[in-house]
Amino acid sequence: MSSRDSILAAVARNQPARLPLPEMPAFVLGEGDPVEKFAAVAVSVGSKVFRVKNLEEVRQAILKEHVGAKRIVSGFPQFSDMAETSVAPGTDPHTLADMDLAILPAQLGVAENSALWVTDAQLPLRVLPFICQRLALVVRQQNIVPLMHQAYDVIGAQDYGFGTFIAGPSRTADIEQSLVLGAHGARTLSVFILEE
Amino acid sequence: MKETKDHAALSEAFNADEPRVNWHDETLWFVRQKRDRAAQTIPDWELLRETASRIKHNVLSNLHDYLLQFEASARANGVIVHWAADAREHNQIVHAILQKHKVDRMVKSKSMLTEECHLNEYLAENGVEVIDSDLGERIVQLAKEPPSHIVLPSIHKKKEEVGMIFHEHLGTPTGMSDPQALTEAARQHLRETFLTRRAALTGVNFAVAETGEFVICTNEGNADMGAHLADVHIACMGIEKLIPERKHLGVFLRLLTRSATGQPITTYSSHFKKPREGHELHLVLVDNGRSVQLGREDFRNSLKCIRCGACMNTCPVYRRSGGHSYHTAVAGPIGSILAPNLDMKANADLPFASTLCGSCTNVCPVKIDIHDQLYKWRQVIVREGYADTKKTMGMKAMTATFASPATFKLAGKAGRWFMRHAPFAVNNRLNPWYKQRDMPAPPKESFGEWYLKNRKKKHE
Ligand code: SF4
Repeated sequence: MSSRDSILAAVARNQPARLPLPEMPAFVLGEGDPVEKFAAVAVSVGSKVFRVKNLEEVRQAILKEHVGAKRIVSGFPQFSDMAETSVAPGTDPHTLADMDLAILPAQLGVAENSALWVTDAQLPLRVLPFICQRLALVVRQQNIVPLMHQAYDVIGAQDYGFGTFIAGPSRTADIEQSLVLGAHGARTLSVFILEE
Repeated sequence: MKETKDHAALSEAFNADEPRVNWHDETLWFVRQKRDRAAQTIPDWELLRETASRIKHNVLSNLHDYLLQFEASARANGVIVHWAADAREHNQIVHAILQKHKVDRMVKSKSMLTEECHLNEYLAENGVEVIDSDLGERIVQLAKEPPSHIVLPSIHKKKEEVGMIFHEHLGTPTGMSDPQALTEAARQHLRETFLTRRAALTGVNFAVAETGEFVICTNEGNADMGAHLADVHIACMGIEKLIPERKHLGVFLRLLTRSATGQPITTYSSHFKKPREGHELHLVLVDNGRSVQLGREDFRNSLKCIRCGACMNTCPVYRRSGGHSYHTAVAGPIGSILAPNLDMKANADLPFASTLCGSCTNVCPVKIDIHDQLYKWRQVIVREGYADTKKTMGMKAMTATFASPATFKLAGKAGRWFMRHAPFAVNNRLNPWYKQRDMPAPPKESFGEWYLKNRKKKHE
């Protein structure tokens, strides 16, 4: 018998009588405005938050924040004057190693933990938001949901190859529990909450 | 390779340095407090735990079908699925994939399963170099030690020691002990690793039967850096990591890091569904004793574990004995339930490494009855004849004493008399209870005597 069949047989033999799946309760965020909460949590995990009216304000803020950035990649065609806005799908991800900044749209944000959802719909290459030294994510205010449960309601049956929630800059506390930002992924995260 | 020393002997070694023990204890308690604060900000915390526990119950009771469903969906997504009955087969599968791609250097992100299977040693014997990319794991790997904690692998190391290790292996200046500077050195070293490895191995936090995707949670981004840059991604998971539907991730992702370190969520929660264009994604489903544990009614619930580490952070024994004293891949209370299932004889000491205070059970996000299971293991181990003889004798005497009220009273009287008049008879080198402990002053009278006297007074 193959390992597959013997494992399945052992599991079938040993699993207890069937217990039903619980109904998903209606969880609540608690007091307060989700957008405010989102911004506050984002700051608490080390992100920088900008509330902006439009993409033009994003551009202004980025030019000011990231003066030294040489190689910028962006998912916004509007930024083609300062960033590479078309990465061919077959590109070798290693060629992004010298990238300073990535500016990408996020599909949604989650108020309770400031996580932002991006999938390959936003990512020409999966490694993009990890390998960049600095990352900027832009989310529409109306796409901020209270809890993870609503996030998965929105995500629903989306058929991505890869998707990720990003909440803050990469971090570690593996040396004596001291928090250090910039472990292996982006050193900083700028979050733009777009009003329009 | 099993350690020959047991938990008590290994704790004794750890306890030799008292300030260090205190530091270890306080550091973990601090993490526990962060967990408490995070839990308290969620109005639905208890409802979340209950829901998670019941979802996992459903998973365990229907695991056969969920495994089939997961396999079918993953295959439809283009993932290559493997099954491993035990650690050996797991290691062979991983090695065969690497051989097929002619890879002899691999980068790995955190996976307690590969620790359990001793994959690194196996691959080293077969000429494959593995670099662990989680900072804490890299530190212990360079120090040639196993992780001492499932979430905080190098929690037992001081920053000065990390500085020394990095000086020796990464060429950092002597005496460097600033966490920021040390982390930067590791970032540079590991970035080079990520950019040059053609195979990456990762663990799995959750796998979704419905969609065939799996989720990996990291703060550092190391799993993603490895997987998205390599030609081949191998993900290894125990068969108990399944959850039914994508929406259930909402429940578990809310609980995992709040329970672990008090963070609202990890920096990255990455959902891998299909391989990258033109690349291979392998998934290894590992049993290694899990199906046996599933059949042990008393210990089945231990398979609900999501490896948050909260039970370790809160455990008064773990905090003061250190992760290595458990001589097994998963330390602490949950490790002491999982290990005897794999090897009862070698791990017979572990269920006794607990005060049964129940703190673990209280913090567990999936409501595993941890301390009850430890208590039940003790009975199984004594019954099967695996308990160490000193303990068995003590326990037999205790059982006899508790069984008879007269003997109990007499024993108490004798004990108090001895402690007052001949403390050396109790606090001596032959009584292991007194290691690293001071003796309290014995009460003049027993609770029984006190109760009788005071009750009498009240009723007069
Ligand atoms: S047993 Fe519970 S508390 Fe301990 S690691 Fe597992 S999930 Fe966390």
